[in-house]
Amino acid sequence: MRLEREDLLRAYRRMCTIREFEERVHREFASGGIPGFVHLYAGEETAAVAVCENLQPGDQITSTHRGHGHSIAKDCDVTAMMKEIFGRADGLCHGKGGSMHIADISKGMLGANGIVGGGPPLACGAALSARVLDNGGVAVAFFGDGAFNQGTTLESLNFARVYDLPVLFVLEDNGYAESTSSDWSIGGNDPVRRAEGFGIKGEKVDGHDFFAVYRAAQEALEAIRNGAGPRFIHIEFTRYYGHFEGDAMTYRPPGEVEEERSFLDCLAFFRARTTQGGQLDTAELDAIDVEVRALVENAVAQARAAPPPAPETLTTHVYAAY
Amino acid sequence: MSVKSFRQAINEALRDEMHRDPKVVLLGEDIAGGMGARGAQDAWGGVLGATKGLLNEFGRGRVFDTPISESAFIGAAGGAAVTGLRPVAQLMFVDFFGVCGDQIFNQIAKFRYMFGGTAKTPVVIRTLCGAGVRAASQHSQMLYPVFTHFPGLKVAVPSSPYEAKGLLTQAIRDDDPVIFFEHKAMFDDTGEVPDKPYAIPFGEARIVCEGGDVTLVALGRMVGFAKTAADRLAKDGIQCTVIDPRTTSPLDTGTILASVRSTGRLVVIDEAHPRCGMAADIASLVAEEAFNSLTAPIRKVTPPHCPVPFAPELEDAYIPGPDDIEQAVRAIVKERADA
Repeated sequence: MRLEREDLLRAYRRMCTIREFEERVHREFASGGIPGFVHLYAGEETAAVAVCENLQPGDQITSTHRGHGHSIAKDCDVTAMMKEIFGRADGLCHGKGGSMHIADISKGMLGANGIVGGGPPLACGAALSARVLDNGGVAVAFFGDGAFNQGTTLESLNFARVYDLPVLFVLEDNGYAESTSSDWSIGGNDPVRRAEGFGIKGEKVDGHDFFAVYRAAQEALEAIRNGAGPRFIHIEFTRYYGHFEGDAMTYRPPGEVEEERSFLDCLAFFRARTTQGGQLDTAELDAIDVEVRALVENAVAQARAAPPPAPETLTTHVYAAY
Repeated sequence: MSVKSFRQAINEALRDEMHRDPKVVLLGEDIAGGMGARGAQDAWGGVLGATKGLLNEFGRGRVFDTPISESAFIGAAGGAAVTGLRPVAQLMFVDFFGVCGDQIFNQIAKFRYMFGGTAKTPVVIRTLCGAGVRAASQHSQMLYPVFTHFPGLKVAVPSSPYEAKGLLTQAIRDDDPVIFFEHKAMFDDTGEVPDKPYAIPFGEARIVCEGGDVTLVALGRMVGFAKTAADRLAKDGIQCTVIDPRTTSPLDTGTILASVRSTGRLVVIDEAHPRCGMAADIASLVAEEAFNSLTAPIRKVTPPHCPVPFAPELEDAYIPGPDDIEQAVRAIVKERADA
């Protein structure tokens, strides 16, 4: 693992953008500007960024209902994303998808997904494309602890192993599948062993530590690119908000989120580690914070002002030709 | 042009398109057969032999036998389609759609719309359908109405070897997801099939025969039965037009409506379940758009509202046949005469 200054700054900027984006969506949703449902990624930034920093533009990812972080990490346009979440005509999906289906195929972001466990089979398909087209690409399936109990995910682990597909399975274990504890719902309570039961090498990492996730992702993706077939990473952390915005989170013990934010925050950890080691200084990180705030502020301003989709687009984009 | 079976027609379309376009790949359970076993490596070529020989011709890099994991490989076909391939997946029997329904209905069908037109999902799902081979309730259904219901999917229902080759060729070249229904009782049917590749455009019905008294609309295996009934009725001076829509999505509503406006009578023949089926759909279309042209009530000829049974006596009673069609036509022609 060798992270140069530029790599560190880029990673920080991405994580910081996700955090600022999500905190802002939280406020905008509360004030009534955003229709529908949103699921926020704040607290989980390390997974999307550490994994995607190890990807090439041609690599493909599948995401989850909690997909804003993956989109930003895969270089989707932040303003177009915000417009999509506001349901605007020039949003990333022209207002047809919203938060739960945000996607940018041109960036290899194959979509947030409203179905828990919807993504892993699609990632296997993207990996199959890379194999047949022989373009050296890999696919990453991001999924949560809830999806780890879906048949689609388990079938995909087996299918990927049977064909040695170049796919990385990333279990984002934020402790809760909606309101249900992952300790309770994952039978056997040992995801790495479950993956190993499929013959897939896996590793559990601390999701508060960007560097731990980065190292694990780098190692796994290198092995995959060298033909080792699928790999698995189990990342543990906490989400800072509810399953969806508006979730009162009465299933969580009092103080859980506050404690995580105070003592285990991944951004604070990143800042401490890089500044204490002398690789980065506080001033340049502060400057990124300011830039990112302006970027997101501008995205919100544009999204608010943008026109909604024209009524005649209701029935467009159903088919390529019909 | 030569006489070929339905099975050969399917095989030929797949072979031609795989030669034409290296991005066409096959996925499915036992589509070669014998994967990982110690015997023959092209043992089956699919349960009814439609993909026989393709493994030997195109190899394991194009023909992917899969574990029995419909969610994984149907979903993978969708994921491969949005990332540059043109996969032809086989859902062995359409009755199995329930185990991979999400990947078809929520993923593949909706990518293009949800992503604002930025995704292209050129995937074909070939699937065996239909009653008549004593396969009972979980291997005999005619479920094209279920798929027709979903915007984003196209649905083809070939009625002959000629249609099978031309529609499958179009399905593979099409940029949208296509569910392609192959009736298992028709695999040994034979007919004239051109040797060269050809594509039959979707949404264009075939007029099988023309007559001025009654319009018969039939799909798949029912087209042949409708023609048999029409031939018999013609001997009694009742002239029928038989229309084969060939695809239920898109549906060639123009041809159906034009014919009913001319004949004034409609019988729809559908092997699918009667409730919310294609017969009901086409009947409602005509009731809404051509009501004033009707001179008799619309008749639907379908199986009863029950699962497909096993015992030959019961299954034979279940499947609509030429006699049922003839009876329905005579009933509405008589109603007119009595009026």
